[in-house]
Amino acid sequence: MNAKVEETKPDTVTVTIDGREVAAPKGATIIQVADEQGIDIPRFCYHRKLSVPANCRMCLVDVEMNGRPAPKPLPACATAVGDGMTVSTQSERALKAQRGVMEFLLINHPLDCPICDQGGECELQDVSMGYGRSVSRFVERKRSVKDEDLGPLVATEMTRCIHCTRCVRFLDEIAGTSELGGMYRGEHMEIGTWVGHGVHSELSGNIIDLCPVGALTNKPFRFRARAWEMLSHPSVSPHDPVGANLNLHHVRGTIKRVVPRENESVNENWIADRDRFGYQGVYSEDRLARPMIKLDGQWRETDWETALEHTVSALKSVVSRHGGEALGALVSPSATTEEMYLLARLVRDLGSDSIDHRLRQADFRDDDHAPERPSLGRPIADFESVDAAFVVGGYPRWEVPLLNHRLRQASLRGGDVMFLNPRAHDWNFRPTLEHVVHPGAMVEAAAAVATALAESRGESLPQWVAAYGATVGDEHRRIADALANAGDAAVLTGGLVEGHPAGAELRALAAYVARTAGASFGVLTAGGNSAGGWLAGAVPHRQVGGGQGRGRDAGAMIREGMSGFITLGVEPEHDFWNGAAAERALGEAEFALALSPWATPRMKAWADVILPVASFGETAGTLVNAQGDWQTFAGVGRPVGEARPAWRLLRVLGNLLDLDGYDYQAPDEIHADLRGRVRGGEPDMLAWENDTLEPRSPSGLMRAGGVALYGTDALVRRGEALQRTSQARPASAVLAPATAAALGINEGETVEVRQGEATSRLTVTVDAAVPAETVWVDAGLQGSEALGPLMGEVTVTRV
Amino acid sequence: MSSEQLAEKYLTAHQREEIDHWLAKYPDDDKGRRSAVIPALHIAQEGNGGWLSRELIDAVAEYLGLPTTKVYEVATFYSMFDTSPVGRHKVNVCTNVSCMLRGGEELLAHIEERLGITVGETTADGRVTLKHEDECLAGCTGAPMMLVDEVYHTNLTPEKVDEILENLE
Repeated sequence: MNAKVEETKPDTVTVTIDGREVAAPKGATIIQVADEQGIDIPRFCYHRKLSVPANCRMCLVDVEMNGRPAPKPLPACATAVGDGMTVSTQSERALKAQRGVMEFLLINHPLDCPICDQGGECELQDVSMGYGRSVSRFVERKRSVKDEDLGPLVATEMTRCIHCTRCVRFLDEIAGTSELGGMYRGEHMEIGTWVGHGVHSELSGNIIDLCPVGALTNKPFRFRARAWEMLSHPSVSPHDPVGANLNLHHVRGTIKRVVPRENESVNENWIADRDRFGYQGVYSEDRLARPMIKLDGQWRETDWETALEHTVSALKSVVSRHGGEALGALVSPSATTEEMYLLARLVRDLGSDSIDHRLRQADFRDDDHAPERPSLGRPIADFESVDAAFVVGGYPRWEVPLLNHRLRQASLRGGDVMFLNPRAHDWNFRPTLEHVVHPGAMVEAAAAVATALAESRGESLPQWVAAYGATVGDEHRRIADALANAGDAAVLTGGLVEGHPAGAELRALAAYVARTAGASFGVLTAGGNSAGGWLAGAVPHRQVGGGQGRGRDAGAMIREGMSGFITLGVEPEHDFWNGAAAERALGEAEFALALSPWATPRMKAWADVILPVASFGETAGTLVNAQGDWQTFAGVGRPVGEARPAWRLLRVLGNLLDLDGYDYQAPDEIHADLRGRVRGGEPDMLAWENDTLEPRSPSGLMRAGGVALYGTDALVRRGEALQRTSQARPASAVLAPATAAALGINEGETVEVRQGEATSRLTVTVDAAVPAETVWVDAGLQGSEALGPLMGEVTVTRV
Repeated sequence: MSSEQLAEKYLTAHQREEIDHWLAKYPDDDKGRRSAVIPALHIAQEGNGGWLSRELIDAVAEYLGLPTTKVYEVATFYSMFDTSPVGRHKVNVCTNVSCMLRGGEELLAHIEERLGITVGETTADGRVTLKHEDECLAGCTGAPMMLVDEVYHTNLTPEKVDEILENLE
C-alpha cells in the first residue's frame, strides 16, 4: 500500500500492560506477554505447554482497544494482543472480576489446607491469599467427590479439584494416553476415569506438578514432609541419556522427593516417572551400610580400614600373579563421568585396558569405527520438528521416554515416524509404520531400506550393502521414500540394536541410510552416561583423548573370563547382555570387588568384597547426555550408613595401590582434569558406516527382549512405588499365535525358557505383536534375571 | 479385547452402517470422528433398551477410533444418555424457573406419589424411569411441561398427567 506500512514490522504489535508499553509478537496472548514482562496475572487452567481452554476464568483482565473498552473483562490466556491494545490487570473492574471468580472457585473447595500435602505450595492457596475474601458467604452444603485409585504414584483427593483440566490435557496432549476425562456436568462434574482403569502413562507424575491444588499429589511422598521444611538442590536423572534436570528436595540430607527442573533444551518442564520416583531405591532395605569381606567363605561386616587393606592386597596379588592385563572393570552406564574416569585410570595404571560400561551391548566389531562418543546426531529438542524419523530396533517410549515425547510431537505435526522392530510395540501416538520382522531378519530388512533408498536417490549401491541381496518390499520403499522426500530427517538406532548379535551391521546400515537420505544419525544407549563413559575412557579400545587401547570389551571379559574384576554399580543378572554368563565369569574370578550401594544374596555369591558407595543424590559428579551436555550436580543426600562417594573411594584405592596422581580433593578437580583432555564438538556419527563386517544372520527360534521400563538399573529396580505399577509385572514369555500353536503351548501356561544352561520358568502370553519364531522376554524384570543373551538362541518347553 | 472385536460384538452391522453414515459427514480425522460421537451413542443406546453399558460405549469408542475417556465424557455429560438400565419409558418433569412458577414441582410430587418412586428411580414393573432433570427443557411457553421419551407434553394438570402415564405401555 504505502511505504509507511512496509516500515512497521508486520510481526510485532505494541501493547500497553499496566502502563508499560511493550512490543509483542503478533498472535501472542495477553498472559504470554505479561509473563514475559514479569507482570503477574493469576491463573489456574492456563499452562504454557498445554492447550488453552479458558475455563477457570481466573485471569480476567480489563482490555481497551484504541480507547474503546471491551464490554467486560476478558481472559488473558485466550485473548490475543493487538496493536494499540491497553491492558489493565489491576483496574477496579479486573480485580472485582478476579475476586468474584475466586469466590466461586472456593465454593466447593474444602478448607483442609492443614492436612493437605499441597499446603504451602498451592496455587489456590496463594491466589486466595491475594484475591479471596477472608470470610465465606457460602452457607450451603459443599459437594464431595469419591476418590479413585489412579495407581501407586498419584494420590487423589478429588473433592479439592477445581476442574482446571490441566491433568486431562496433559494426558491428551503430552502423554498421549487420554486416561482422564471430565465426567458428568455442571455441579456434578468429576475428573476421573469413570471406570477405574487408573493412570498408567510413563509420564504420569507430571500431573502432580500440574495440579494447582491438592487434588493430585505425590503418593510415595504423602505426609512425609512439608514444602517449607525441605531444601531444594539441582540434580540430573541417571536413568536414560536425556539426563532430565531435577530438583531434589531433602530434609537434613534425606531425599524426600524429586521434581523437574525446567530446561527447555533437555526435558522442558517434564520428567518421566522413573526420574521422579527412582530415588526410593536409595533407601531400599538391602542398602549396604558397612563394608563386607568374604573370609574363608564367610561374609562379615568390617571397618573401612580392614576392608581397604584386604582389597588392596587382593588386587596386588591378582596383578602380581597374572599380570595387570588379567584385571577387568565393569561399570554401570549410569555412573558419573568422574567415577568412570578414575576407575578407567585405575585399571590402566595397573596394566589393563579392559574396562567397559556397555554391558548390554552384543556386537563390538565396529569399535574402531566408533565416533568419540554416542550422540543423537542433533539436539533433543530438534526431534520435535523432523519431517521424518526412522528408528531401527528401538522402543523409545521405554528406553528414553522424553525423547519419545519429542518424536510424538513430530508425528502429531504430520511427520513420518517409522520403526523397524523385532516386535510391534504399544505406542502413545500413531507411527506412520512399524515394520516388524523376526530378530534375525532385521539386518536384511535394514539392507532392503538401504537398497530402496539408493534406488530412489539414483545412487549405485555399495558392494557391502548389495552383498545382503535384500529383497525390497513395500514397507522398505515407503520408509526410503519418506526419508528421501523429507526436508529434515533423522535416523536412530535403539536398544534392540545395541543388544543385537549383528548390531554393528545394523549401525553401519543405518548410518548408510542416514548419509544417503541426508538425515542426521544417532544412537540410543543404555543408562544416563554412556557418552561420559566413552569420553572418560571407560571403553577398552580407546583411552582418554583418543589413544589406542587394547583391552577386552564387556562381551569378551564375560566370555573369556578375567582373574580379577572391579564392578561399580552393577547387578550382573540384570544389567548384562548375557546375565547368566556375567554372573558365572564374576564368580569364577580369583577376586571380584563390588562397589555398590546395595548388597544382594546374588552379589554375595560372586563377590569377594563389597564396598558401600554413595547412591543417587548422595554424590557429586557429571553426567554427559546424548546431546553432549556435561551436566554437573552436587551431592545432596547424606550417604546411608558408612557409604562413601565412589570417586573418593577410587582415589583412596589409587593411593593405597601406590599409584601416582590420585590426590584429588574434590570431584571438580577430577572433572577439570578430564575436561582438559577431551576433545569437544559434535562427533561424526556417520563414522559408524563401515564395509568391513562379515554378515551374521541368526535364525531359528530366538529369544529377544528389550529392557523393561522399570528394569533399567539397580536404582529403578528398587523404586518401591515404580515396582507396583502395571509396567513392572514379572517377566512373561510372549509368543506369536503361530509359534505357540506349533509348540503346543497355550496362553497362561508355564514354560521353561532355556538359553544354554540358564533357565527360567515363565508364564506364556500369546500376542500377535511378536513375530513367529520369537520368544519375547524383557530384561530387568523378576523372572528374567540371569537368563542368557538378550537376543539369541532359546528353547521353550512346557512344564 | 483387541481392535474391532468389541465393535463387532456389541454393534450390529446395521448400527455400524448407520454410524458410517454420520462419519461420512465429517472430516476423516480425530476432530471429525469426535463429531460423530453423539449420533453414534444415540444409535447404540436405541438398540439397547434405552441405555448405554460400559461395553457398548467402549465399542463405540473403538469403532470411532477414539480414546474411551473421550466417549465417556460425552455419555455422562448429556442427560439424554443413560449409563445404567432404565424402564421402557423415560419421564422427565421440568421444574426449572418457568415450570416451577406454574406448578412443576407439585406435578413432580404428584407423579412420584402415583408411581411410588422418586426421581432417578424406575418402577418395579420396569415401565417408567423418572429421570433427573439437568436443565430447563425449553418448553416454557407451555409450562408446566414434561418430556416423555421424545414427546413434549405441555400445559399439564395432574389429570392430564394421569392420563398420559396410564397410556404408557
